[in-house]
Amino acid sequence: MISAALVALLSHWRRHRFQLFTLVTGLALAAALWTAVQAINSEARASYGRAEAMLVQNQHGYLASTTGSSEQLQLSDYVALRRMGWDLSPVVQGEWNIAGQQIDLVGFDFLNPPSATLAEVASPESSPSAKTGSSALVQFLQPPGRVLLHPETAKEIQRAETPFSVQLSTRVPPGTALADVSFASRVLNRQKDLSRLILLSPPGAQDLASLPNHIQHRTGPPMGGEMAKLTESFHLNLTAFGFLSFAVGLFIVQGTISLALEQRRGQFRTLRCLGVSRRMLCTLLAVEITLITFIAACIGLIAGFFLAQALLPGVSVTLSGLYGAPVTAGLSLRPSWIISGFAMTFLGAFVASSQAFFTLWTLPVLQLPSTQARGQKVIRSFRAGAFLGCGLILCGFVALEILDSLTGGFVFLAGLMLGAAVFLPFFLNFSLRLGKLYSHRPLVQWLWADTAAQLPGLSLALMALLLALATNIGVSTMVSSFRLTFLGWMDQRLSAAIYITTEDDAQGRAVEAWLRQEQNQQPGLRILPIRYHETTLQGGKIRIYGLRDDPSYRNNWPMISAQDGAWDAVFQGAGLLINEQLSYRLGLGPGDQLNLPSGWPVKITGTYADYGNPHGQVLISMSQLLQNTPEVENRRFGLHLPPSEVQNLINRILEETELTRENLTDQTSVKARSLAVFDQTFRVTGALNILTLAVAGFAILTSLATLWNQRLPQLAPIWAMGVSRRTLAGLDLLRSLLIAALTACLALPLGLLLAWVLLDVINAKAFGWRLPMHLFPLDWLRLIAMALLTAGLAALISAWRLFRLQPSDLLKVFSNDR
Amino acid sequence: MVLKITDLTKNYPGTTCGKPLLNKISLQLAPASSLALTGESGSGKSTLLHLIAALDNFDSGEIYVDGQALSKLDETGAAALRRSTVSLVFQSFNIIPSLTVSENISLHAKLAKRRDTTWEDHLTQRLGLTELGHRYPEQLSGGQQQRVAIARAMALKPKLLLADEPTGNLDEDSSNAVLELMLDLIRDCETSLFLVTHSRAIAAKLQNHLHLSGGKLS
Repeated sequence: MISAALVALLSHWRRHRFQLFTLVTGLALAAALWTAVQAINSEARASYGRAEAMLVQNQHGYLASTTGSSEQLQLSDYVALRRMGWDLSPVVQGEWNIAGQQIDLVGFDFLNPPSATLAEVASPESSPSAKTGSSALVQFLQPPGRVLLHPETAKEIQRAETPFSVQLSTRVPPGTALADVSFASRVLNRQKDLSRLILLSPPGAQDLASLPNHIQHRTGPPMGGEMAKLTESFHLNLTAFGFLSFAVGLFIVQGTISLALEQRRGQFRTLRCLGVSRRMLCTLLAVEITLITFIAACIGLIAGFFLAQALLPGVSVTLSGLYGAPVTAGLSLRPSWIISGFAMTFLGAFVASSQAFFTLWTLPVLQLPSTQARGQKVIRSFRAGAFLGCGLILCGFVALEILDSLTGGFVFLAGLMLGAAVFLPFFLNFSLRLGKLYSHRPLVQWLWADTAAQLPGLSLALMALLLALATNIGVSTMVSSFRLTFLGWMDQRLSAAIYITTEDDAQGRAVEAWLRQEQNQQPGLRILPIRYHETTLQGGKIRIYGLRDDPSYRNNWPMISAQDGAWDAVFQGAGLLINEQLSYRLGLGPGDQLNLPSGWPVKITGTYADYGNPHGQVLISMSQLLQNTPEVENRRFGLHLPPSEVQNLINRILEETELTRENLTDQTSVKARSLAVFDQTFRVTGALNILTLAVAGFAILTSLATLWNQRLPQLAPIWAMGVSRRTLAGLDLLRSLLIAALTACLALPLGLLLAWVLLDVINAKAFGWRLPMHLFPLDWLRLIAMALLTAGLAALISAWRLFRLQPSDLLKVFSNDR
Repeated sequence: MVLKITDLTKNYPGTTCGKPLLNKISLQLAPASSLALTGESGSGKSTLLHLIAALDNFDSGEIYVDGQALSKLDETGAAALRRSTVSLVFQSFNIIPSLTVSENISLHAKLAKRRDTTWEDHLTQRLGLTELGHRYPEQLSGGQQQRVAIARAMALKPKLLLADEPTGNLDEDSSNAVLELMLDLIRDCETSLFLVTHSRAIAAKLQNHLHLSGGKLS
């Protein structure tokens, strides 16, 4: 019995292959988009994990200075602790400028490696060129030294000739170099201090008590935890967009499942009459949808893998550019996202089909509801949807007020978007009825009425279009506002014509001395050293920059709020400026005091915009910086001079100093590089947006295609009354454009609200800075035109079929009407 | 008795001015006999047929089909009864559009696990459907579709065939042909027929004839 009934049920798909294609495609698209995002997130997190594993090295933790400032752990501390019996392995870590690239150099003691992992990575198997394990080790220890690099990092570095040998390993995080501690101390000029001391055996309670005050035992990752925290908001954003695309895909699924059940009502009734119980029928339908979901999930997972593979290089560049987070560009299969993809697809199919199953369970076996009753029921459901939509939006506002966090922001977004989607059918129905009321020509009246009659079948697809269009408008407004602000900010911040980065301090001193001499010949030349001290403040990394008094700061710096005489206070040593991120994180503003160690200025006199920087930043006078940290490196300089003199000075620097072209960056290059990183950051979001709009277009296409058979009985009488098939086809196309345009009317304010939430709420909570919102009407017009084009293209097939329809097919409607 | 109804009452509150649609009606149908039930539109003919098929619940009284009291059956039991003992033929054919003619014909027998392919072949030939086995319902005329519905019902060799206006959608010639075929087949299978119709001419062709009016049988 079961097999006969199941075959009868499945036979529906044999006769409705396009509908089956729609269902599988909808589910597969939803699964693919979700899986792609999860795969990217999972790969990125695995990369952070690998980086942590490589840098933390073991589970016993490490010793570091209590202030978090690495320079305060001296070599003498290490010697003293070893003499006390501590089993330690020293680490020196810092930023290393090599061949124009800035990478993270971590120096370990290769003679006493803190873990087997490091020894494995450095083993001869990783290096085909080395003959034995000991000879490989010797190359790490002896000058010129050897560094371990990820192949991607090595590709960048090896363009230039390097005075050391390179060994490749995919187990090294990208953007990081591992070397012996002697090599790292030499190139980072850190002969007397260490970053941390890794414990090789577990410490006892007494051992910990014997630690000097300025040293503490830590078990967390030295940078990985911070990395995960920094990038979490990025991953949350990505997940949110993945979920949105998933939800849009589910609209297709729900529409198709509902339609399939609606079309099979007669079949269900017959099967019930033939002795198939309601319970059995529902079970068989559940088996059917499970089979289809499994197939779709498999297709979706494969498609998602390839999509993720295409997007991952972009994400990798974004994460390393924006946060300095190491992410490999290759994707590997991970159980987490495979399971998550399957689970979400099944969950989505369950959610999308639950309403249809409820309808089936409560379906009266004997009679179909009359068209009139269904029509009234639909209007009632539109009204209920309008109330529900308003309720959801209200809930979102309440959540935003109560949950003052990023989660609150996303709950608000979810409430807003879902509420607007549920409200849409009522809005469209109301607009169409209004249109009918004010039209006089009969065919136009029929068009309004017929469009309203199609709403129940099309509403899910239109909800998908609303969400996709609003997201596109919102995100494009956000990105364009950000871009405009970012460009203005760059003009203000990057005011120097040339930036110099020397190899080390000694070279820095020599170059500065040469530049001072050059000033005598070029009075317009101003030299501004860029020097900073890195430390931690209340658990977060901050950089304290020292500034020399110069009009370029006073005139150009992008201040957000400042007290009168803010710059005077800074240069007189009585105040400091902080970036917006730090201000937001600590809840401090002008007039407040920053909790820095004694000797530093504490009074905040202003805050400034510092877009794209994940860390806190403090500006003080150069004299105060040098007074507190005289050892701070002096390798970077900004040179101000008239534009006509720039190329001449670059030539002279290259001729008369040891610097190469890679040590110099002109303002145009910096801006171009920054803008490229900026554009790359939003490329993934843009791709997801376009995909979402495409999915919405597909939803309309499938809805129109599946509604096709139901349309004939409505169109045949109009055709019989003398309206040609050509006119009917034209009106069909017009109908799709009309409802897409009405949907756009709601999508525009929704998208602008979304942009405001992203700029003012999500951005502030995720990154710590707000952005002014700018309006871009031309962008909106372009997006709305794209949505209309999508809807028009989706309607083109059904209009074409209508145009080509044979009179005999239309006559069938009447021949069955006995 | 294949069918026995005693004091059956069925009421739809708010639709029959307070009077029951079926008011304590009783009837019996012997094996291999036929009964036509006529009545005005809305008199409760189809409702009675649905109650006999255990598709709907009644308020009081009892219906026995092949000795089974329907009031004692739960939904699964009612489904099992329809699967094994009772077949239905409706005015609107109710054949499954996504199955071919031959698949439709064998469906009920397959569900009851009582498939007899020789009998199916005989039925197909007898009903003139031999050449149409691979076609889909939409490719058939109304008369052909109703013959498929009858073949499906009779493929089971049911003890009781319930027919609700089986010729209501057919022209007069097709109607007569379909009815003759149905009567021939029930005679061959010794199936009892309970037929609801508004046509006195059709009713006259059956062994027994009852008229339902004002909730009472006459």
